[in-house]
Amino acid sequence: MLGEKIKKNYKSIVEKFEKKESALISLLYEIQKENNYISDGDISELSSLIDMPYSRIKSVLTFYTMFNQKKTGKYHIQVCRNLSCSMSGARNIINFIKENLKINEHEVSDDGLFSYTTVECLGACGSSPVVMINDTYYENMDEKKLRELIDKLRKE
Amino acid sequence: MKIILEKELFDIKTYITNGGYNAIKKALTMTPQSVIDEVKKSNLRGRGGAGFPTGLKWSFIPKDKSQKYVVCNSDESEPGTFKDREIIHKNPHSIIEGMIIAGYAIGATKGYIYIRGEFVREARIIEKTIYEAKESGYLGKNILNSGFDFDITVVRGAGAYICGEETALLESIEGKQGKPRIKPPFPATKGLFSSPTVINNVETLAAVPYIMIMGGEKYSRIGKEKSSGTKLFSVSGPVNKPGVYEIELGLSFKDFLENYLMGMKDGVKLKAVIVGGSSVPVITADEAMKVNLDYESLSQAGTMLGSGGMIIIGDNQCMVEALYILARFYHHESCGQCTPCREGTGWIYKLLSEILSGKCKEKDIDLLYEIAENMMGRTICPLADALSMPVMSFVKKFRNEFDKHIEGSCEICQR
Ligand SMILES: Cc1cc2nc3c(=O)[nH]c(=O)nc-3n(C[C@H](O)[C@H](O)[C@H](O)COP(=O)(O)O)c2cc1C
Ligand code: SF4
Ligand code: FES
Repeated sequence: MLGEKIKKNYKSIVEKFEKKESALISLLYEIQKENNYISDGDISELSSLIDMPYSRIKSVLTFYTMFNQKKTGKYHIQVCRNLSCSMSGARNIINFIKENLKINEHEVSDDGLFSYTTVECLGACGSSPVVMINDTYYENMDEKKLRELIDKLRKE
Repeated sequence: MKIILEKELFDIKTYITNGGYNAIKKALTMTPQSVIDEVKKSNLRGRGGAGFPTGLKWSFIPKDKSQKYVVCNSDESEPGTFKDREIIHKNPHSIIEGMIIAGYAIGATKGYIYIRGEFVREARIIEKTIYEAKESGYLGKNILNSGFDFDITVVRGAGAYICGEETALLESIEGKQGKPRIKPPFPATKGLFSSPTVINNVETLAAVPYIMIMGGEKYSRIGKEKSSGTKLFSVSGPVNKPGVYEIELGLSFKDFLENYLMGMKDGVKLKAVIVGGSSVPVITADEAMKVNLDYESLSQAGTMLGSGGMIIIGDNQCMVEALYILARFYHHESCGQCTPCREGTGWIYKLLSEILSGKCKEKDIDLLYEIAENMMGRTICPLADALSMPVMSFVKKFRNEFDKHIEGSCEICQR
């Protein structure tokens, strides 16, 4: 079900754009922010709200990898594994997450706090390895920094 | 010599104190045609990867009164490339001013900045920059009482490398799947919402205000004759000082490595360099030590300047594994429209995972090369080529490492 926020704000988001279609990605981001992920029900509701075919929204949603169609942790960790990050230790980061948070890719930890996925180049290779947690980049990562960060997020 | 990154000019006040927005003032006193001529004279070439002459691109836009668009490509997702992000962090107003000038030159009243979805912070910076420019009267209606209107909208991507390809990007702004269009028609005649559109990279647009101020002639004398100006290189890999560097085109790689990147990290020897982003042919250490960083020298060496996303590879990295990582990427990012790309990238990826784990025969290395050769130049967009070129160059130049994997004797992977 769409949240209250998006129901209230969708018009002002659409109005920012010259054409309604250009607002689609922004609207999907808003839904994801409010609901954690985007369900088929959300797509149906959005479809009637903005008068755009369900199939059109669905095809866009599935094309772009940043939209989640399954629940993620409160903190969703994206670990870059492209060449530069791989050369500077991305594998250690991934192993650390698996062992410490006891999750595999696309799984959510038992306490609901964490999930992770591997991604391709995040465009910050000079300070690799890079991970992204929700909207924030963390660069020059190592196991020690990641441990501290995860401990901090647990307490929040 | 630095131009775009000479100083940190984060907010509008510092930008203006350092001469910012004087370029648009100057441009508005000129005719649109003479603005285009000035950019032509500068010999500025597109910094997004293809190196197309910017002034010429602008001149293809029809000179009628119809709706036109300027689009800034801020998708920055070619592995190894992180230079546009630096411009957004250090000099964001130069991008906005470049877009306004481009708009004036081609007769567009509307601009779009398409920024990759992961750049959340950068999108906020751009929104703030646009707001500041609007407040000061550089964007909006009747800019500086000239009668010229121009506005910019930010559209965020959502994680798809292919949206960096210019027509896929347009599709994405139109709220569709980012699948490249068949060309012609080119965006200059039928682009965004079917209107004539100029698409330029962040770095290209950021150079424009400086060209207007110093004059095209003067800019063309910086660097080399056919490679004029400065270029940003984003460097990653085992060097002492990775990061973003703005250099005058024509600097030797050797000088760059020794005096800017401060050499290789202790205990690592240079083995190979991918000079211009993951899609350009790799060169060996020996070849790298002989090239200069400009369009001609790199093309003579069989590679390309590309986006300037330089990946340094040391002797502690297995080349088969490196290529495997790139193949996984291109396979994942193929939009699937063209059979040679969809099937070819998948096949290459599969072969490489088998070679990597030693489950292949020697003839499979030849097969790998053949598949790459066959998908080259036969697709709607150059993404297939972007994997072909690395595959062919890696196999040609580092064949011994592939052979070792077949024999199961790669020392690096066994460590
Ligand atoms: C698969 C693919 C990805 C691309 N990614 C980018 C990108 O992230 N940023 C960019 O500026 N150009 C990218 N390009 C190049 C654009 O298609 C286009 O040439 C460029 O934006 C033109 O601007 P310029 O002339 O200022 O370089 C890409 C091209 C291809 C084929
Ligand atoms: S070459 Fe690949 S990415 Fe480009 S349009 Fe064809 S299938 Fe899509
Ligand atoms: S390879 Fe990880 S940020 Fe570029």
